[in-house]
Amino acid sequence: MKVELEADKCVASGQCVLAAMDVFDQDDDGIAILLDEQPAADHLDGVREAVAICPAAAIRLVDQ
Amino acid sequence: MGASAAGLAAAETLRREGYAGSLTLVGDEPLAPYDRPPLSKQVLAAEWEPERLALRTPDDLAGLDLDLRLGVAATGLQLLGGAVELADGTTLPYDGLILATGVRPRRLPGAGGHVLRTLDDALRLRDRLTPGRRLVVVGAGFLGAEAAAVAWRLGCEVTLLEPAPVPLAHAVGAEVGAMLTRAHLERGVDLRCGTTVTEVTEGGVRLADGELVEADEVLIAIGSLPNTDWLDGSGLAVGDGVVCDEYCEAARNVYAAGDVARWYNPLFGQSMRIEHRTNAAEQGMAAARNLLNPDARKPFAPVPYFWSDQYDMKIRAYGCLRGHDEVTVVAGDLAEGRFVAAYRRGDRVTGALAVGMPPKAIRQWRQAIMTGAGWAGTVPSGRTAEAVPGGAPA
Repeated sequence: MKVELEADKCVASGQCVLAAMDVFDQDDDGIAILLDEQPAADHLDGVREAVAICPAAAIRLVDQ
Repeated sequence: MGASAAGLAAAETLRREGYAGSLTLVGDEPLAPYDRPPLSKQVLAAEWEPERLALRTPDDLAGLDLDLRLGVAATGLQLLGGAVELADGTTLPYDGLILATGVRPRRLPGAGGHVLRTLDDALRLRDRLTPGRRLVVVGAGFLGAEAAAVAWRLGCEVTLLEPAPVPLAHAVGAEVGAMLTRAHLERGVDLRCGTTVTEVTEGGVRLADGELVEADEVLIAIGSLPNTDWLDGSGLAVGDGVVCDEYCEAARNVYAAGDVARWYNPLFGQSMRIEHRTNAAEQGMAAARNLLNPDARKPFAPVPYFWSDQYDMKIRAYGCLRGHDEVTVVAGDLAEGRFVAAYRRGDRVTGALAVGMPPKAIRQWRQAIMTGAGWAGTVPSGRTAEAVPGGAPA
């Protein structure tokens, strides 16, 4: 599974970092940064949570 | 019921957590689920085309295997029989129900005036915001302030009318409210506080003292009303929202989420109804999980979060600011427009608001709110004298 992040949609809520801190971080403006494009299986639940909770719908998890 | 952020989050969560039965998502707007916060920002500024607002791609929606019914409103609820009545005459039986019917804008007496809730609303107003046009915005809350900022940037002559002494005083406190006031005034937006509008008229708005403020366009941004009329007589408790317990349950197997839900948040020990985008998704997920797992329900105890873009300011807030006893700037400098302010209620840190600060500077305050941290041990003493607008100091 691959994570896609549309950073220009990001509203800097930081919800993704709270949901999956091994996969997401924020820059100084709060904009989300993708740390790991292909996270290990044990991080996927957190990523799915981030996809669902992102208030800008800026994250997708796609099959490769 | 409700096909916006909360309803979509609930539907996705039900599927993600293994519910394979039939799932119907009903929305009164004809559009597939779309995002509302950009309406008063990028859409109004004509920076984004409406297609960008789609919350999910058609493929993602198809993958949810939904019976998606758009453009049809709910008209009644049969609580005992377990069915929802729709405006097209259909009756939908249910085993579980999530109410996410949102809010609608409050309006003023008189004819005309824009409101800003739907994509249609935003596009209609956008087309009128041409340079030199006179816009009166009634209400300097977050929505009104955002729209005023966009219209100013587009070259409109903007008047912002607010009944309170400073914008958002009850929410953010007098000091932060004064800073927001300066942001408008410095740019030439005519913010008039302590001004009550009684009606929208042909050429503008009428004030309580009889004055007519002339306008080409009027935007009414004076808050919202929960969409609960269709629940009248259903037996559900309604009081400024669908009344729920801490699990977001309103009646057996009936949950509510998003702007329409008034639930008991155990973290703050009070019932609340929150019209924030982030809450819609979080509560939709929480309600879905509790509906699906009746033996393992969890109280919904979030730290609310919202953001607002006004001019070049990014405003972010965690927790409950309303009803605070004290506000203190804990980092940065209010005068420079870069700061974190902490909010106290009783002896606890209950809220934080930041402008222009990096996320790490705010995150620790979210943590403090989430853990119910005491004010005295968290806020550096010696800074507490900086702002004491809402009540007695600690």
